[in-house]
Amino acid sequence: MVKSDFGYNSKVEGEVIVTRADAVVNWVRSHSVWPMPMGLACCAIELMASGGSRFDISRFGMEVMRFSPRQADCMIVAGTVTYKMAEVVRRIYDQMAEPKWVVAMGACASTGGMYRSYATLQGVDNIVPVDVYISGCPPRPEALLDGMMLLQEKIRNEGGSLRRTFRGRTVETKIVS
Amino acid sequence: MDAATLLARFPASQDLAGKDMPTFRVAGADLLAAVRFLRDEQGFDLLADLCGAEWSDRPTRFGVVLHLLSTTRKEYVRLHVDAVDDRVPSVSSLHPGANWHEREAFDMFGIVFEGHPDPRRILMWEAYPYHPLRKDFPLAGIEVPFPAADVAEVTGQKVEPAPMMGGPFVSHGGKLSEGEPSALDQSWTEEKPKA
Repeated sequence: MVKSDFGYNSKVEGEVIVTRADAVVNWVRSHSVWPMPMGLACCAIELMASGGSRFDISRFGMEVMRFSPRQADCMIVAGTVTYKMAEVVRRIYDQMAEPKWVVAMGACASTGGMYRSYATLQGVDNIVPVDVYISGCPPRPEALLDGMMLLQEKIRNEGGSLRRTFRGRTVETKIVS
Repeated sequence: MDAATLLARFPASQDLAGKDMPTFRVAGADLLAAVRFLRDEQGFDLLADLCGAEWSDRPTRFGVVLHLLSTTRKEYVRLHVDAVDDRVPSVSSLHPGANWHEREAFDMFGIVFEGHPDPRRILMWEAYPYHPLRKDFPLAGIEVPFPAADVAEVTGQKVEPAPMMGGPFVSHGGKLSEGEPSALDQSWTEEKPKA
């Protein structure tokens, strides 16, 4: 991953900003993350608190929670994923448009948590690619905000921002001018 | 609660001398009539709970326990029914609230409720081959195919036994790690004083 930034030198370029397509695309994406709250258990309560005025997720440009996967690009898996629900989580992930990211919020979504049982999927990364794992049971809203800022950092530094792969399958995002 | 009337009306039933509430074992063939008798003649108008149970010390492995409440007299009565050949008559025709409880008992124990209007699983998915609350079922689970074939094809995921770290909730005593907040000396408790 290459850290890329905007280059602006008024003596050389005048009023022209020079940058790379990756950098500007990533900058735009990282500041308009539209999360889809996949609230499955108690972590969803903390997720709701993060959206409230006290913790105010909109300070970081991702307050546009959409309950439709078609209009979201970041799935926050907040809670215990049972095998019965895992199928639904994967289908909803498939319905989201590329580019898309997944945050595993809390111990259950990350590893199955305390649910070592026949009914619980041991980590949502078994069925969808996870970008950020947040520890805690449940994580406090500050931890979620920290995880989301890490995701923004990751988006900003993504190399080849127009391409994503999952389990060997490459998905190319085309720029149409 | 008039125990003598119930025992006289249903000779196959038996008073189990419950410590907290009147408790009877009734035959499966008598269950519907007994629940109707308790509801219509004794005022036990609310089915508070219905659950499956597995008995290791009885000839019939599975049974069903019903708790009935009289909302006028504030009294409970408990009924035990043995599931002969894993079958018990459904009481959801008398108490509609039994519907989901009976589905759960079927899902978890495999007890078949005869005459149930909707005898599907309620917690596990429909194709799941086991009944997880049976005593011979391991808590970690048994490997079976993923519920959705198309998702399994993309992700390669199966329903796998959960890792148990050497045993289900077995504490080995002592500290697992230095960072773990626990008493240094665990040889005494409130019940067993320090030597």
